[in-house]
Amino acid sequence: MTLALPAAAAPAPRRQVFVATALAGVAGTMLIGGMLAIWALLRERVVSAGERFPDSYIIPEVPSNVMLITVWSLCLFAQWAVYAARRSDRAHTALALGVVFLMGLAYVNAQAFVYVDMGVVLADSAYGALFYAVTGTMATLVIAGLVYTVVAAFRSLGGRDREVELISAHAMYWYFIAAAYSAVWFVVYVTK
Amino acid sequence: MTTIDTPARPAALGDGTVGTFVARAADWATSTDHKKIGRLYAVTGLLAAVAVAVIGALLGLERTDDSGNVLDGGALLQLFQLHRIGLVFAMAIPVTLGVAIAIAPMQVGARAMAFPRLALTGFYSWLGGITLTIVALAANGGVGGGDAQMVDLFLAGLGLTILGLLASAASVAATVLTTRAPGVTLRRVPFMTWSALVQSLALLVALPVMFGAIVLLFVDTRNAGLAFGGPEAIGDWISMFWSQPMTYIYALPALGLLAETLPVAFGRRHPLRQVVFAGLGLVAVGAFAGVAQQQRFGVDFSAEGADVVKQAVIALFFYGLPLLGAVVVLALGAIVAKPEGDRVTPKISAGLLFGVVSTLMILAGAAGSLLAAIDDFELAGTVFEEAAAVYVTYGALLGGLGALVFWAPKLWGIHVADRKVLPLAGLGLIATAAASLPHYIAGFTDQPAAAGIYDGDGASTILNGIVLVGHALMALTVLAALGAIASSRSDDAVEANPVGGHTLEWTIASPAPADNFEALPTVSSAEPELDNLAGTEGSPS
Repeated sequence: MTLALPAAAAPAPRRQVFVATALAGVAGTMLIGGMLAIWALLRERVVSAGERFPDSYIIPEVPSNVMLITVWSLCLFAQWAVYAARRSDRAHTALALGVVFLMGLAYVNAQAFVYVDMGVVLADSAYGALFYAVTGTMATLVIAGLVYTVVAAFRSLGGRDREVELISAHAMYWYFIAAAYSAVWFVVYVTK
Repeated sequence: MTTIDTPARPAALGDGTVGTFVARAADWATSTDHKKIGRLYAVTGLLAAVAVAVIGALLGLERTDDSGNVLDGGALLQLFQLHRIGLVFAMAIPVTLGVAIAIAPMQVGARAMAFPRLALTGFYSWLGGITLTIVALAANGGVGGGDAQMVDLFLAGLGLTILGLLASAASVAATVLTTRAPGVTLRRVPFMTWSALVQSLALLVALPVMFGAIVLLFVDTRNAGLAFGGPEAIGDWISMFWSQPMTYIYALPALGLLAETLPVAFGRRHPLRQVVFAGLGLVAVGAFAGVAQQQRFGVDFSAEGADVVKQAVIALFFYGLPLLGAVVVLALGAIVAKPEGDRVTPKISAGLLFGVVSTLMILAGAAGSLLAAIDDFELAGTVFEEAAAVYVTYGALLGGLGALVFWAPKLWGIHVADRKVLPLAGLGLIATAAASLPHYIAGFTDQPAAAGIYDGDGASTILNGIVLVGHALMALTVLAALGAIASSRSDDAVEANPVGGHTLEWTIASPAPADNFEALPTVSSAEPELDNLAGTEGSPS
């Protein structure tokens, strides 16, 4: 006799992609936070020794600030995609995801410009290694976001437009990126 | 959307042909069945445990002679690192994570785990990473390594290892959070699953910080090494993985095993489930130490009063709270065992005994860490700290072994006879105590950690000799346990619930079918199978 295990009445709730993206966001936050903490510690040591950090490089403020504006406005477009997907508006979903992708590319382009403009030599100083490691990790996370956008777009345009969860999770990833870059921007480009 | 999919059934297999072997190997290598992925992790981790224990025995042999003349001095630095990395990344985490992957989905009533391909990718990433790490250490890489390229390979391998473990931990956490069957609320998840969830989340919080440090170190050491100071300084930034209290999070499922098997032994419901949950959660405080990248939180009683209080609060937070959590789990077990009304004769299973032994070992390690935090004892940098880590990691290993034996009916379709494995729990207890306790004593005589040359005497030789024997016994314990599991295979069908388990996985056939449940179950209590056995409706808890 089965008393506690009757036949299933309803399927289990599943928001796996959303939860997994949230977990990835937590891990990514700890990754960037940990790297920035080490940056701050080493910076304090250099400054305490009476030296300058960065030693001889000038940070181009315009592209770094534009990158900050880019990631936050990118969130707006990612949320637009969610809005459109909830209404099964495939055209606007595709348009919004396309804009997200373009803005992500713009971020990568701006980062490349910063690298070229600053001309930091990796093996020249402690700053070089830290700078490329932190900004490179951040850029890698953005590129992962671009891949996420492409996957979300393919699924959405492939007829799974009713699946809002993926688009929502995609938007959440970009919120994480925006928050993470804000911290990188403040530590690496503002307080230096 | 859903990412759950039904694992593909292996192709029809013939008998005794090369094709059969290849087909089976391919099935195992590409399976999305969580039970297979979990076993891949756990059994590989157990085999690695044997190798790690042998290395521990070799290091014990080296230290029986205080002049460091037994092993090649040039290789000693790498051997110590291999032992530490092996204990954590090749043994403790994969064994416990493998158990979690294999068991947790069944316990929550899921037909498959969330993101099984991610979990499998994590396994291969871990396997590749740990192999590269070992190769790099063998070729003069690692902390303070003399070969620059091998130092880079060491960091890359360790990074790959961490990425793999993170991927699998994310799969476990997502499984518990999203694939629970109707009625399986988070308050009703079994203790083993809860401990797996807490461990996974703690790993997801702590390991990325270490990964970030590795990225910075890799970029720096591949170039001028100006930021961190080259290979010698690597240890300062990554050693927290080996230090307490971060090691506690590797051992969480061992505590979950005890909490799970005690009520089964007494045939009762646990009266204070939420308090046990809280106790297991307290152990995860260790993750914050990893986040803080701190290896030690000392208290100097010769300092000014206010400073002592400040230091003591921090030390108690990091060492005291996890210890309290483990004590809570053990103490509430006593409540389950307390006689009420009709006297119940407990059914002492191997799983329970392994759970008790592993918890005691973890407590011994946690208590040692609390003691080592007192600066006045001058235990920092001695083998005392090393012994505490060995206590905890071997405790985690014994917990993993116990879980594999306890859930063997579901994983392999076998019931491992208690007479075969009960003595092994005792042997594991002796092995862990012998591998650790002498170093607790040697710590007070200032024997340095990770050093072959020290100022010793006859007593040191005896103590390190006992450590040697302890590690050798642990290798024997693991091999014997694997042998017991392998020799329990038979053609006779095993009943669904041969151990009298209370939770959902015991309602399905043994071995568990590929999809676990034919239909999604709906449960109304935390112990649905106990309800079935008792023929009553479950409690609302």
